[in-house]
Amino acid sequence: MDSDDDMRSVQSSDDDFMDGGDSPFSVDDDDDSDIDLDDGIGFEAQDKDIYPAKKSYEVDFDVFGPEQIQAHQDRQVEEVSNILGQPTESTAILLRYAKWNKERLIESYMDRQDEVLEAVGLGSDANVPRKITKVKGFICDICCEDDADLDTFAMKCGHRFCVDCYKQYLSQKIKEEGEAARIKCPGDGCNRTVDSKSLDLLVGHDLHARYHELLTRTYVDDKDNLKWCPAPNCVYAIDCKVKARDLMRIVPTVLCKCGHPFCFGCTLADHQPAPCALVKKWLKKCEDDSETANWISANTKECPKCGSTIEKNGGCNHMTCRKCRHEFCWMCMGIWSEHGTSWYNCNRFEEKSGHDARDAQAKSRQSLERYLHYYNRYANHEQSAKLDKDIYLKTEKKMTQLQVTASMSWIEVQFLESASQALQQCRQTLKWTYAFAYYLARNNQTEIFEDNQKDLEMAVENLSEMFEKSVDQLAGLKVDMLDKTSYCNRRRVILLEHTANDLKAGNWEFNVTLT
Amino acid sequence: MSAARRLARELTKLHEHLPPGISVALAEGFQEWRMNIKVLDDNPIYAGETYQLLFRFGNSYPIEPPEVVFKQTPEHPIPLHPHVYSNGIICLDLLDRQGWSPVHNVESICVSLQSMLTGNTKRERPPGDEQFVRSNRSRPRDINFLFHDNDV
Repeated sequence: MDSDDDMRSVQSSDDDFMDGGDSPFSVDDDDDSDIDLDDGIGFEAQDKDIYPAKKSYEVDFDVFGPEQIQAHQDRQVEEVSNILGQPTESTAILLRYAKWNKERLIESYMDRQDEVLEAVGLGSDANVPRKITKVKGFICDICCEDDADLDTFAMKCGHRFCVDCYKQYLSQKIKEEGEAARIKCPGDGCNRTVDSKSLDLLVGHDLHARYHELLTRTYVDDKDNLKWCPAPNCVYAIDCKVKARDLMRIVPTVLCKCGHPFCFGCTLADHQPAPCALVKKWLKKCEDDSETANWISANTKECPKCGSTIEKNGGCNHMTCRKCRHEFCWMCMGIWSEHGTSWYNCNRFEEKSGHDARDAQAKSRQSLERYLHYYNRYANHEQSAKLDKDIYLKTEKKMTQLQVTASMSWIEVQFLESASQALQQCRQTLKWTYAFAYYLARNNQTEIFEDNQKDLEMAVENLSEMFEKSVDQLAGLKVDMLDKTSYCNRRRVILLEHTANDLKAGNWEFNVTLT
Repeated sequence: MSAARRLARELTKLHEHLPPGISVALAEGFQEWRMNIKVLDDNPIYAGETYQLLFRFGNSYPIEPPEVVFKQTPEHPIPLHPHVYSNGIICLDLLDRQGWSPVHNVESICVSLQSMLTGNTKRERPPGDEQFVRSNRSRPRDINFLFHDNDV
């Protein structure tokens, strides 16, 4: 049953792509990991459960839409409201004030109720409704108006301003500065927060909607286990229990419903297997060094005495270091005085001083070359992933063509799409393996890692190559391509399992301290 | 134009009464004003000098803070202070959105800056002054200052 078999493989690689997220997707067919078991590479815990065991590099998480986030908030408010015996509106204010830390709020509320209520503007006379009033002899400190029929407003702090100024102030804060839960009284140095009842009284309908949207936003911002998906225009938030202190041992990649895979720790795009601290270090290094390092490598040498980097910008080989005044020969790096009186005659190659100087030079070059080795491969995968994506766009066209010329059904040409997805994902992983490897200390572990890296890279390049074949060839390559796709995915799983397990166990030795 | 109305009233007040050491140098229209300030006690860092402040008001003044910098002219140097860059840009939380309150006005800003100078004993520029002055192209209100020491 040829086509049945194909179907299965397509699906399996598909759900490998998805199973970062919804486990239901991978419940029914687990053939992927069965194959891995045949390979005999560590999946010990795999078959103990009915559910396919989570791979060691995966983390649990949920994706929430705006309604769910609102529902969450409402539920928490409800719950705390029952405990504190406060109306929901006041509870919401209290919770926002406590940054949604229920336990801390309840505790401090029980200890010093009055103080807490006072702090959020819900003090004893808060139930006396705040009103917009006219006050005799009032001068607004903001606009300096003193008309007798001026509408004014003040919160409990007593800083009274005219309603127009108050409105303008609030609209500035909400519209321009995007603030909501922590808008302060306009009075100088006053820390009283504008509560939402006062706000309701003062602002119009349009600002209202925006205000509540911002309040919802602060809920996600305040909770450590929630983060917005960083993809443009994405409305989802991710719920994940991984704590900041775990980030040295776990790389918590999550997959948003919008399709964007990112790291929950630092919200950068998926960077497995490298931990966040390493990524940060690497990106900083790349930003600082890459172009400069390339140029330095091509155009400069270091002074043999003080190590300053020198660019030769004239024709003469007699160099005098600006910094330490050391005189040397650009060609052989030897001391200039050993060149005798002749103006330029670099026949000193075997001279000892030149030899030593070149050694030192070589060492300093080596570290640069090492960096460039990793950087170029890192950058190459990034670039190739972009090119693969371009090809993928053409693939869609190829898929339609295949349906016409080879009279294949829509489902039968899906293998191209899963191959393309596998390529994207594997290249993303490969890219970061180079940053990871750059900081690895050399030991046996590293060799296993490099073998895994090599296998994955070869698999990826093989698959990538097939993509460039013409449409009439593609139909015949289907089985081969399916095999290679699932092989790529498998190699990626193996590499990530290996790195993640050892990261969790703290077995990796790095040549820098990651903090 | 609430900004204009408010500024008109501020100006009337300024003409009636000014705190010692502070004077209006130029206040025509409601876009830009110049104020002169002197340090009154005998702080040797600022003795005998007059400094000029350039105020720029937006339409949402006083809800939003004005942009305030020291202006260098032949008669007016830039005062030496760890919160004043040598191009005249001032790092003061009062002038930032977070620290600003619409209750403040031109006079209170002048008084605050005057006292900021009076209390200073360090003859120095902010850390990284040279680099900042060389590279900064943004307007003061678009700079995100880090107020690392609020006690100076």
